[in-house]
Order: sequence, then structure tokens, then C-alpha cells
Amino acid sequence: MALSLLQPEFVVERDEERCIGCRICEGQCANGVHVWSEEDQKIKTDSSNCVNCHRCVAMCPTRAIKVSASSLRFRTNFNWSDRAIYEIYQQAETGQVLLTGMGNDREYPVYWDRLLLNACQVTNPSIDPLREPMEVKMFIGSKPDRLVFEDGRLKTSLPPQLELELPVMFSAMSLGSISLNVHRALARAAASEGTFYNTGEGGLHPELRKYGQHTIVQVASGRFGVDVDYLATGAAIEIKIGQGAKPGIGGHLPGAKVSRQISETRMIPEGTDAISPAPHHDIYSIEDLKQLVYSLKEATRYQKPVGVKIAAVHNVAAIASGIARAGADFIVIDGYRGGTGAAPLRIRDNVGIPIEFALASVDRRLRAEGIRHRLSLIAAGSIRNSADVVKAIALGADAVYIGTAALIAVGCHMCQKCYTGKCNWGIATQDPWLVKRVNPEVAYRRLVNLLRAWKHEIKEMLGGMGINSLDSLRSNRLMLRAINLSDREREILGVLAAGE
Amino acid sequence: MDSSGIVSSLALMRDRSNGLGGGFAAYGIYPEYADYYALHVFYDSEEARRKGEYRLRRYFNIVWEEEMPTRRRRGVKRSPLIWRYFGTPRDEDLEDWDPQEAAVEAVMEINSSGEGIYVFSSGKNMGAFKGVGFPEEIAEFYRLDDYKGYIWTGHGRFPTNTPGWWGGAHPFCLLEWSVVHNGELSSYGTNRAYLEMFGYVCSLQTDTEVIAYIFDLLMRRHRLSLRHTVQALCPPFWEQAALMAPEEREAVAAIRIVYSAALLNGPFSIAVATSQGILGLNDRIKLRPMTAAEQGELLAVASEEAAVRVLCPEPERIWQPAGGEPVLGLVKGAESLWP
Repeated sequence: MALSLLQPEFVVERDEERCIGCRICEGQCANGVHVWSEEDQKIKTDSSNCVNCHRCVAMCPTRAIKVSASSLRFRTNFNWSDRAIYEIYQQAETGQVLLTGMGNDREYPVYWDRLLLNACQVTNPSIDPLREPMEVKMFIGSKPDRLVFEDGRLKTSLPPQLELELPVMFSAMSLGSISLNVHRALARAAASEGTFYNTGEGGLHPELRKYGQHTIVQVASGRFGVDVDYLATGAAIEIKIGQGAKPGIGGHLPGAKVSRQISETRMIPEGTDAISPAPHHDIYSIEDLKQLVYSLKEATRYQKPVGVKIAAVHNVAAIASGIARAGADFIVIDGYRGGTGAAPLRIRDNVGIPIEFALASVDRRLRAEGIRHRLSLIAAGSIRNSADVVKAIALGADAVYIGTAALIAVGCHMCQKCYTGKCNWGIATQDPWLVKRVNPEVAYRRLVNLLRAWKHEIKEMLGGMGINSLDSLRSNRLMLRAINLSDREREILGVLAAGE
Repeated sequence: MDSSGIVSSLALMRDRSNGLGGGFAAYGIYPEYADYYALHVFYDSEEARRKGEYRLRRYFNIVWEEEMPTRRRRGVKRSPLIWRYFGTPRDEDLEDWDPQEAAVEAVMEINSSGEGIYVFSSGKNMGAFKGVGFPEEIAEFYRLDDYKGYIWTGHGRFPTNTPGWWGGAHPFCLLEWSVVHNGELSSYGTNRAYLEMFGYVCSLQTDTEVIAYIFDLLMRRHRLSLRHTVQALCPPFWEQAALMAPEEREAVAAIRIVYSAALLNGPFSIAVATSQGILGLNDRIKLRPMTAAEQGELLAVASEEAAVRVLCPEPERIWQPAGGEPVLGLVKGAESLWP
């Protein structure tokens, strides 16, 4: 084999005095970094395969292992970074499209961090959520322009709504991209906290049907696992047009990952590749989307909200307006920082726009057209904490989806190697040896903790603003001020500068 | 009634204002023009008046116009040009023409022109009189002792969020609606964004403006009853709703879901008047004071009991309504706050 010019990104060091040769690290590393040497009767370490997932560090009973970034650097060059050089070596050696996992990690500005929240002083009392009611319930679905009463009785019948006890849902992550144990935890946490999880495009495992009332079933371009029972089981249906991590790109689950379990839920033969085409081949225009929206509504007798998920791209506001008029009950906008199980690196890092801008633009456009109140907006694509949730709602969202944050709660260490199927934390893998590492009971409790912690924090922030219902924060740009943004950026976001 | 009662009632609460805004609304003051929309207008300049009158004539057949009668007062400075007009909306030959809709559209269009023209009162047989000064000074400035009305509301302002300017003083009016407000709306941004979708333009830089428009939208345009309107503005908490009878619960939930952006959040005690009566209302957790009293045929509501007792010195009933609990007084023969 020719000499590879790639050097290890990370250095794994072992404190030989601490190491007791228990070989736990060997068993824990699916990448083969730690290997027992019969000859030397000790563990040998090969750093070149290390992805810095910390699994061995966390599992070593004597804390003998340390992983650090390699100090090996090329001559300093602000144009040709080490990353740029290594990517060329990699492509020169393989001739392949570079793959990656999770969301865009490049140094683009994070606009959430350039928005600051308001609080009351003197003229308006802040509200203590420990002493006063604080409502964070939200409803996802179409709303009529007005209600009609006759003789005091309600005559208008409301379209179906999803009732959220907090404005945070788990975003679409297919069974296949992540393991059944993680799905079990997501579904159970959503049900216990009064919110929803999303099947992604991988179908619904029979065991999880009991959580149907807290499930959003996705219909994507591959139509995997979609039949009338699937549609009937979910509380809402989401048509996936695009994903923030890879706008304009389809999906590909390699046959090797299509185990018996995956084959059953996706409704495809075991071992075959599961290919989601880039477009839906029955949607080449907006009127086609409208037909699919209404086909799904017909199939479920108008009993469930039907929404559409799109990636945040340049013309997102006009597209969203079209989707609203195509009958969608909710629109999901997925920003360019959104996660993925696998995406071409160049697409992930260069296509799409920030969710903050996309959300603000869509909200403004729908308002200008006088139709914003008729449907719900869900923001996705790197919501990292409860402050991001609050800011998203002030920018016009009814609720947010979290994917990466939920996986981190379950134990993801953001090594970005989801596409290898060798997730040492048992999350983005179907390997029976690895998936056991996620205990669904523990993962469920961690997800519940995360949701509850965020809910408390959202209430505290609302109370500080003198608001006791999340309804009064939606599109309330006055609760935001911008720091370190250009006038044009502020204009798009619709927020004043700090001090204004 | 003349204005003396409400003026002395507000003068008593002088600590609650700081001279940066005072105003009144009076109903029944223009019996000779009762069928015409009475338009009270601020102009920044003579140039603005020229442009404004051109706009007014485009929208209204004006039957009478005059400069607002005022007297100069030491505390009232830098007043804009103030004129009043009486007229009826034009374009009655348009399909589905509705005079109230036409009047509202005209007011919104004129106020958002950016030309220094503000129609601050637009109802029939009623009018707002407001400006920068203490309320008792504003009353003298506008010669309110010359008017007799059957409903009076008034306000002394202590602005904190927005500039103390003539247009920003209370009451805020649209058609026969008038609103005076003690408080601050933390939901203003949400309310405003919602109202804009229905053609309301918030151009007066004070949060209270949205309250008048929300009442107009819900009660006049959407024909909601006062009870349902109050349930939108001050909805029962979900925990309270859960205890209601199923039909009531369903209605409350539907109102909350459809009108969530009309919810008024933050502290407020408001008096809303129309030609038909007066409504006192507090925010749902009562973050502002309000006392109501009845004496004979008179209902009075105010931020302070002392102010109420100026008007009802020997009340048959005096009470502090709970948060979100409306106090309604209708004139004889009226069935609803909005006919």
C-alpha cells in the first residue's frame, strides 16, 4: 500500500503505571485504537484510528487514558489550514466525496449569541415562576382567522392541533441513523413530558406504536415504512423536503446497515441500500406538494396536522409562503447548522443559511401576506440551549426541534463520525455490540431531565420579561436586542441594536 | 355631566403622572354632528395640515372643520396644530362598502403617512382631548369646561418606555373606542405584529394603542361578545380552564388557541369606553390597582379608591375587581359594549 500522508488527528496516551491491563478500552473502541498484545502482555495504542469520542477515557476504571489533539502542525498558513491540506490528501488518496456527520462546525457567526434578551426593571414587575403561574403550552396546527359563536356557543370547529407542554420537540432522526434504544428513549421522554418525537424517514418500529400520540411520522422521498397504518399511528405527519445539513441532497443508508430490524421498519429487503432521492419524484413543483399534503390529509381523514419540513435556503421566505398556501398546517425550517447522520462535507459546510435569518424572514413574509397566524412555524438546526429556544420564539417560531442537543443528552460526544456506523456511544449505530451501550431507561431519564431543566429556564426568562404566557413572546422582536450585527443583519432579523 | 368631576378626580392622583401626558375622552359632546365622524387631528406644521387636509378630503366628505378651541396654559407647551373635522367616509359606491371599515382604513393610512399627521380621535359624537401636560392643565387647555358628556374617561401619564409626545398621551381612540391605561404591555411586540396582519398600523409609539385596536378587531370585526373578548385578552390559566364544564372549557381553549396573540401580558388596569358604556379591566394576575364604585346611575373606575370617591362620595358599592374580571357599565338601553 502506498504511503498515506494523513497523520493522526489525536494522540492517545496511556499512563502505564495506572493501566492494569483490564482490556476494557479494547472492548470499548470500535475503531481499534486499543489492542491487546499477547507478546508484550499489555495494551498497545494506535492513535491513527482515534476519533476523540472519549469513550475509552470515560470507561477506563483507573483513569489511565488521555486523548489530546495532535500538536503536529504544518507551517502556519492562514490560507491553507491543516484541515484544508488533509482534506486534499484524503481525496488524493481515495478519489471520494468527503463524508461527515453532525452539523456544520465551521467558524460562521452564531447569531443566537448575538441576540440579547430583555428583562423588566421598575416599570413592569418581573414575575416569579415559583410563585405565579407561568404558561409555556403551545399548539401546533392550522388556525382559523376568527371564531364564530352563535348564542354564546362555539360554531367554529378547530383544525387538529398538537398540544405541547413545552415548545421543544425531538427532531427527525431515523431508525437506522440512530439505534432503537435511542428511539425508545426519545419516544418515552416525549410522551412523559407532553411533547413529540419524530420518526425521521426510517419508518416506525412496532414496539413504539404505543407512543403514537406523541409521534410525528415523517414522509420522505424514499417513502420508507410509509403505509396507512403508519400514517394513522402518528399524531401528525411531516413531509420532508429538505434537511439543513444537506439541502438539495438525498440520503443513503448502506445495505450493510439494513439489518432485519431496519428492513422491517423501512419495508425493504434486508441488506439492500435504502436510497432517499434528492427530490420527491412526485413533487417537482409547489402544486405537486399541495397534492401530497391533501393526499395525506385525505388518508387520515383530516384528523392530523400535516406539515412540511424544508432546509433554510436563500429563497426560504417565498418557498414557505407557497407551502403555507399549499395547505400545510405547520412548516419546519431547518437551518444550516442542523445535524445529520451522514452528509457530504462540502454540502454540509457550504449550503444553506442560518436558521435565525430564515426564521425571521419567513415570519416577516407570512405576516406581510397576512397569513402567519394561520399556521405554525417550527425552527430547527442547532438549538443548543433554552435561551436559543426563547430567542427562536421571539423571532417568530411556535416551537423548536432539537436533534443534536437530544443526542448529546444521551451521551453523544460530537466526534462527527456518525456515518461510519461505529458510534462507540451506541447512538448512531446498528451494531448489536454497540447499541447495548445506550440503556433506554437511563437515556429516557436524561432526556426528561434536559426537557425539564429547559422548561424551568424558559419560565425564568419569561418571568424576567414580565410575560406569563409564551403566547406573548411569539414574534415579539422587542424582547431582543442585537449585539455586533450590521444594520442590514438587524433589519433582516427585525431587531434593534443593544442600547436602542 | 360636565368635566369637573373627572378633572378633580385625576388632579387628586397627580403623583401618578409627571406632566408628560394627560388626556380625556368624552361621549355625547357633539349632538349637533351626531351622525358624522368627529376627527381630531394633530399636525406637526402648516405644511402637514395642507397635506393632511388633502388626505382627509380624499377619504371623507367633510361638512364642518375648525381649529380646536384652546386656551394657552403655562404647563402646556409646544402644542401641535390641532384641528377637528366632521364628515362621512367616501366611496360608498364600492362593493361591500362599510363606513366603519372605510373610516378605520382612512385613519390607518393617514397616521402611517409619515407626514406628521395624526388622527387621534375618530368616533361619532365623542372626542379625545390629549397632550403633553398634567391632566388638569390639558383640561384647561382644551376648554373642557365647555363640554357636556354622558361618559368621561381621563388619564395622567408617567411615560417610561416611549417618548412623552402629544400623540402618545392617552386616551387612544379608534371609531368610538377609547382606552386609558395604567401599565405596560410586555406583549406589545406580539400584539402589534398580530394586528398589522389585519391592517392596523401602530404609529403612535405607545403600547396602549394596541388595546384599542384589539377591541376593534375582536368585538367589531369578529363579533365576539365581551365575555369572549375578555377571555382572549385575559384568558383563564390552563389550570383554571381544566376545572370548567366541558363546553365552556372547549370555548376557552379555542379562544386561547386562535387569539393567543391578542393576549395582553404585563401589568394593566384599563378603562375602555364606547358610546354604549364603559369597561374596567385588570391583567389576569392583577399587577395594577383598580377600584370600582357605583352610586346611583354612576359607575366610576380608577387606579385609586380616593379618585373614585371624588366621583362617588357615598357609594352604594365599592370594590376591587379581581384580575381579569371585567367591570361593565352600560348606558340605559344599551345591550353590549359594541352595538
